[in-house]
Amino acid sequence: MSMRGRLATVLGLFLVAVGLIVWSVAAFLTPGTPGGVMDFTKTHAPGQAVNITAQTVGSIGFGPHPTWVSYLVKDPTTGKWVQDTTWKLPANTTINMTIYNYDSGSPLRNQQLGQVLGTTNGKATLDGTSFSNYNSNTGDGVGHTFAVPSLGVYVPLAGVNGNATLCGVAPCHVNQPHRTVTFSFRTGAAGSYRWQCFVPCGLGYLYGNGGGMSTQNYMGGFLEVVR
Amino acid sequence: MSTENSMKKETHHLRRMATIWIILSVAADLLFMFWIAPHVPPGTMTDTARANQFDFNVLFLMAFPVLIGVWVYMGYAIVNWSAKRAGVPEPIGGPAARGNLKAQVSWIVVTSVIVLFLAGFGTVALIGGKGSGGGEGPNPVWMPAGSAKAETAALTSSASWTPGSNQVLVVQVIGQQWQFTYRYPQFGGFESPKLIIPNNTEIAFNVTSLDVIHSFWAYQLSVKADANPQQNDVAYAKTDQLGNFTVRCSELCGIWHGAMFNYGKVVTPSDFQNWATSTEAANAANTKNLPPFAWTYVPDANGAAGGYYIDGNVTPYSQVETYGAKQPTS
Ligand SMILES: [Cu+2]
Ligand SMILES: [Cu+2]
Repeated sequence: MSMRGRLATVLGLFLVAVGLIVWSVAAFLTPGTPGGVMDFTKTHAPGQAVNITAQTVGSIGFGPHPTWVSYLVKDPTTGKWVQDTTWKLPANTTINMTIYNYDSGSPLRNQQLGQVLGTTNGKATLDGTSFSNYNSNTGDGVGHTFAVPSLGVYVPLAGVNGNATLCGVAPCHVNQPHRTVTFSFRTGAAGSYRWQCFVPCGLGYLYGNGGGMSTQNYMGGFLEVVR
Repeated sequence: MSTENSMKKETHHLRRMATIWIILSVAADLLFMFWIAPHVPPGTMTDTARANQFDFNVLFLMAFPVLIGVWVYMGYAIVNWSAKRAGVPEPIGGPAARGNLKAQVSWIVVTSVIVLFLAGFGTVALIGGKGSGGGEGPNPVWMPAGSAKAETAALTSSASWTPGSNQVLVVQVIGQQWQFTYRYPQFGGFESPKLIIPNNTEIAFNVTSLDVIHSFWAYQLSVKADANPQQNDVAYAKTDQLGNFTVRCSELCGIWHGAMFNYGKVVTPSDFQNWATSTEAANAANTKNLPPFAWTYVPDANGAAGGYYIDGNVTPYSQVETYGAKQPTS
């Protein structure tokens, strides 16, 4: 090979190596997108509230952990139920939540979580009736909670009567036994806010906080609040 | 070169090094004292934070002269005794090194004095109540005045707290996966995810957990206590500055450990009373559903079923079991 050809080969290989290094460093430093992000900003008109419809189920019925509890959320564009707990939301916006709980309940480990906090007027509605706290020691207890600690939002989701034939495969349909909880809260400044269920509903795990309680897209995730 | 001559030169070197060392050390200590010391973490939000800051600063002030001594000697040696320098003898084949009793004795004496002083200072600061240790935990060795009385009263439904009364405020810190909640037994035992405390007040943090091990770390208050299930760890701090502080869980406790933080607030005693009484009223209906205030609670380890209950086995403030012989009879 000529001197020029050899130089070109060396230079070419050098550039390939540099490119690979830059690419791998960049890939390492760029945070990966977890599973998926349910984007509520695309369909959002400025100044308007965002409506989120979610459901909680006692067993997801599909995927790698069919027996685990889970949240599901309705895609605002397709109207389909998706098992996704990272929600992209606009900042400083009112969020109207509707959650259908298809799971049975129990007394809360920490009864404090029966108190509704951080919602508009400090209230929520359960099957159409307004309430500000729920005694989980009575009736059908609490199945799950929706809580965003950094925003101070806490809402208990009352359980379905355990004797009913419960939905076992998600997504569940409103003609199956469920409780409907609605409430509104405001997102604050842009940022990443963790939300989670505070009922130790990961049955069979230590303190009930493993399994679905410790896995994203089941009982907790993030509100990715953007400007 | 005669021996006398080189001896003279050695004393000359020593004097020069000592002068440089003294000037630099005094300058560094003065700069540190007035420029950096007031800002050394954890700040001055409570008496314990202030005591911690003081301890750190004492260590810094003692350490600077030592550090500078080493550096000055090294720098001086590099400059003056470099083999490249004209007139410096070859390192190999020179006269055998002689022992210097004076240098050896002073080295041993000086380092021993520094280390023994710091050991004594550290011990006093640790057990002196206002220092780093404070003898706190499940059996506090040291308790601030009035704390036993307030803690004992907290277990009755008649406990109360008013601004200006010089009473100890009892706050229970409850760790759970994944947040801290706070109970105020002197205000009807309401529980809240918010930690608001009054200024100029001795606070008795009673720290426990409903599940795994957490750790309550109120950084600017200089309070850090393990949150263990079925154990009541007590830590004290007297507030003396208004403002916000950060609470973090400092024991790896599961998936949301990194998100287990909140911001507390030190407010004026009257603002605190307003907040506490209004929250007590707002939460009253739900507070009735909580178990009576107790130092520890027994959660159901099997999962969702079951609330949390008072631990029947550990009698709080038992003279023998929980707090040892130090517990006053009041
Ligand atoms: Cu749950
Ligand atoms: Cu923790």
